[in-house]
Amino acid sequence: MFRKSAAVTLILVMLSGCTAAKVPKQALDLSPEDISNKQLQTKFFETTDEKMILSASAGLLQDLGFNLDESCPDLGLVTCSKNRSAVVTGQVVGAVVVAILFGVAVPIDKEQKIRASLVTRPVGEKSDRVAVRLTIQRVVWNDRNMVSKAETVNDPQIYQEFFNKLAQSIFLEAHDI
Amino acid sequence: MKMSRCLALLLGAVMLVSMFGCQAASRNQIMAASASQVELRNYQSRRFETENKEKTLRTVISTLQDLGFIIDKADMVLGSVSGTKLGGYSLRMTVTVRPKAQNQMLVRANAQYNITAVEDPEPYQQFFASLEKSMFLTAHMDE
Repeated sequence: MFRKSAAVTLILVMLSGCTAAKVPKQALDLSPEDISNKQLQTKFFETTDEKMILSASAGLLQDLGFNLDESCPDLGLVTCSKNRSAVVTGQVVGAVVVAILFGVAVPIDKEQKIRASLVTRPVGEKSDRVAVRLTIQRVVWNDRNMVSKAETVNDPQIYQEFFNKLAQSIFLEAHDI
Repeated sequence: MKMSRCLALLLGAVMLVSMFGCQAASRNQIMAASASQVELRNYQSRRFETENKEKTLRTVISTLQDLGFIIDKADMVLGSVSGTKLGGYSLRMTVTVRPKAQNQMLVRANAQYNITAVEDPEPYQQFFASLEKSMFLTAHMDE
């Protein structure tokens, strides 16, 4: 009896593996959170020179160790990425403790790919300002080569730091330093 | 006894078929399309009253960013933009902008949710609702 029901369950699982999952409703719905993220990710610069802002941004991303993947200056886009270690001491210690106490190996984060995409856009009635918007995502793999995190980074501190550095970088670019 | 053996054989056969069903179909995925191509194009597309391709593309980019996508690629000549949204899932979207009739741009979107094509009208309706809003806003901000 048990075997039969197990077989039936297995068949159901196999069949359902072929059917599609649906897009979550909130995925394409503009939420108040999206709007506050936009403010966080955007900074305006008083200039008409969009290309200068874009190349200063690309320079800064290189300073931060990103490799450029794609660019489209006509539309003000630069995308870049970097692969880095994702090992966190606390998690490793936790895994060791669990292994000692229970004899179970817990997967720990090993590697991450960080992707950043930066878009510039002239704004204002006379297009006399340039909006710069940065968005960052990361995917983390654990030591079993499985994805443990796939997320958008919305940490205000990261964006503030980036834009402070960008302001400096634009200043240097403008003064040819 | 005989009956249960028959049943076990039958179950085994169904299991094998369902396994092969998935495997044989996996190469078919290359050229797989939804049953109705016309219908699919219909709800993946919208026309906008503008002749400014660049502005339309830039509005598409900012709408995708507003929705939490990061922009992977953009091309002015092809009029295409691709972006990815991650949040425990992966939603990938490609949007193309083509001049249609005079003073009209055809915007077409297609999306992939994890490993399946999005063929449900609702996500596209949501995307175009956001795009329409920002198209309206930019049109009234700049003109």
